[in-house]
Amino acid sequence: MEIPSRVDYTEAAAEMLRELTAINGPLMFHQSGGCCDGSSPMCYLEGEFRVGAQDVLVGEFVIKGIEKPIKVWMSAPQFEYWKHTHLTIDLVDGRGGGFSLEAPEGKRFLTRSRLFTDGEWEILESSPVSRGA
Amino acid sequence: MTDFVSPGQPGSKAVFLPRYDHWINGKFVKPSSGKYFENVTPVTGKVFCEVARGNAADIDLALDAAHAAAPAWGKTSATERAIMLNKIADRMEANVEAIAVAETWENGKPIRESLYVDIPLAIDHFRYFAAAIRAQEGSAGELDNDTVAYHFHEPLGVVGQIIPWNFPILMAVWKLAPAIAAGNCVVLKPAEQTPVSIHFLMDLIKDLIPDGVVNIVNGFGVEAGKPLASSPRIAKIAFTGETSTGRLIMQYASENIIPVTLELGGKSPNIFFADVAAENDAFYDKALEGFTMFAVNQGEVCTCPSRGLIEAKIYDKFLGDVTARTKAIKQGHPLDLSTMMGAQASTDQLEKILSYLDIGRKEGAKVITGGERADLGGELAGGYYVMPTIFEGNNKMRIFQEEIFGPVISVTKFDGFDNAMEIANDTLYGLGAGVWTRDMNTAYRAGRAIQAGRVWTNCYHAYPAGAAFGGYKASGIGRENHKMMLDHYQQTKNLLVSYSPNKLGFF
Repeated sequence: MEIPSRVDYTEAAAEMLRELTAINGPLMFHQSGGCCDGSSPMCYLEGEFRVGAQDVLVGEFVIKGIEKPIKVWMSAPQFEYWKHTHLTIDLVDGRGGGFSLEAPEGKRFLTRSRLFTDGEWEILESSPVSRGA
Repeated sequence: MTDFVSPGQPGSKAVFLPRYDHWINGKFVKPSSGKYFENVTPVTGKVFCEVARGNAADIDLALDAAHAAAPAWGKTSATERAIMLNKIADRMEANVEAIAVAETWENGKPIRESLYVDIPLAIDHFRYFAAAIRAQEGSAGELDNDTVAYHFHEPLGVVGQIIPWNFPILMAVWKLAPAIAAGNCVVLKPAEQTPVSIHFLMDLIKDLIPDGVVNIVNGFGVEAGKPLASSPRIAKIAFTGETSTGRLIMQYASENIIPVTLELGGKSPNIFFADVAAENDAFYDKALEGFTMFAVNQGEVCTCPSRGLIEAKIYDKFLGDVTARTKAIKQGHPLDLSTMMGAQASTDQLEKILSYLDIGRKEGAKVITGGERADLGGELAGGYYVMPTIFEGNNKMRIFQEEIFGPVISVTKFDGFDNAMEIANDTLYGLGAGVWTRDMNTAYRAGRAIQAGRVWTNCYHAYPAGAAFGGYKASGIGRENHKMMLDHYQQTKNLLVSYSPNKLGFF
């Protein structure tokens, strides 16, 4: 049985990720929480943000034109509150957001969400997630 | 006509420059890249000026200026520094309307908040730290008859500060006032969404501050914030923002072994015990207002009371009454004094709020009122406006667990004290909370049981200097808004002195 993905991306996000990869090199996401620019997916150079035992690997983006899969991380306590929802990383007009790489391009990654279907959830509930260490 | 004329129109109290460079060593300095970015007012969605797009070279230039100024500034007397802070406060007071209009235009908040709350609080903050630094003393501990431990406060030197966009001036002043009072020099990076308000203020007070003591570098987080936070030339970094960036800043700080203070937001519960509705009196009216405080600053406050916990016995009546109060919120032009709620600060903030209105519905929460983008028409049609929104649901829903940073409250009911505490503490965050009851025993027990740094008791959203503000749990590290903040900006020097003429006898 195939495990449903927990996180996907839109074509607009993929296009920005291709641009950012060309400029910067391999990338990663860490889903933020909290104040101001919180609850936004932060896009960093791969390895820039040190993940550890308190981070969950939510998914990996394999995107045409980008050599290395882009890992999407979230802190483990936050994941406990988010795990019943499927995420889609989209791109909107905007500015800023911590040290996320897209900000200077006048764009902003944005997480959209939906509830998992009962069928998806039945599989995911019993599927372990891996951690950063 | 609005009560205050929009910037850019004849007769406006606030006149912006067409372009802002960095403020380094007491003068404007062009960005080394030669690049600028556009600054938009959320009131209309239109560009109103350009701002320097800073990078690592600009940060270094600012650090050069700060390091050049630090030795002399660190040796000024507390009296001198206090006089300067008081002069800044007086100058701000004389220009309060212009500063308030500038901040409202850049951030979108209603003028009644910037004019009567934000800027007066910022003014008072300078006065508070002027007083605190004058009154601060070291100590002399008589450890035994011949041995004395002297403790002196010393400035850290040069510190970095990264400011959020929700209170562009007040949040900057929360960090600036204690830092310079304690004798430090500062390199400050404002938020890229609201980069100019602090320049507007600096322009009014620049003759009062020695060159290099306060330096402002604008730009994006990744291009200017990161080189500042990761620089080995700062002695401390202070940040207000979100958790991923907070962790990155700690990570950079660990590389340089420097302290951090972090304020990373919350998901504050506002708890209404049944006895608030025992009488239909002034206190009940105050409690209804206390609930409606979620709309202050369009909900863009780290301590937004974004979870409403109402005791089951009064749930229907209270929810009905606060819904009526929420529906009476007047949205309109932020420069009108009668406007209660203005514009969200940026287009991406608007998009994020709308995405939460979407997931709230998908999770089955019920919209009691609002739930949509607001179109205010006319020149405001391009601005970023959202209706004040009440959701009804349960605490496991994501709208109860994440900081939406918009005018959105998620309401649920509780049954008794223990249940209230359980729901209140079922969150990653612990910045603020509100407790409303006529029974002070209940109030005290609730206040102590809630895992949050600030528990407003029969009030909400008051931020007087002298009341410590900061987070438990994932909400951060450190306390602002209190004289203990001086400690976050000072080293402790201990001189351990022996007055004995005799040797120990060991060697």
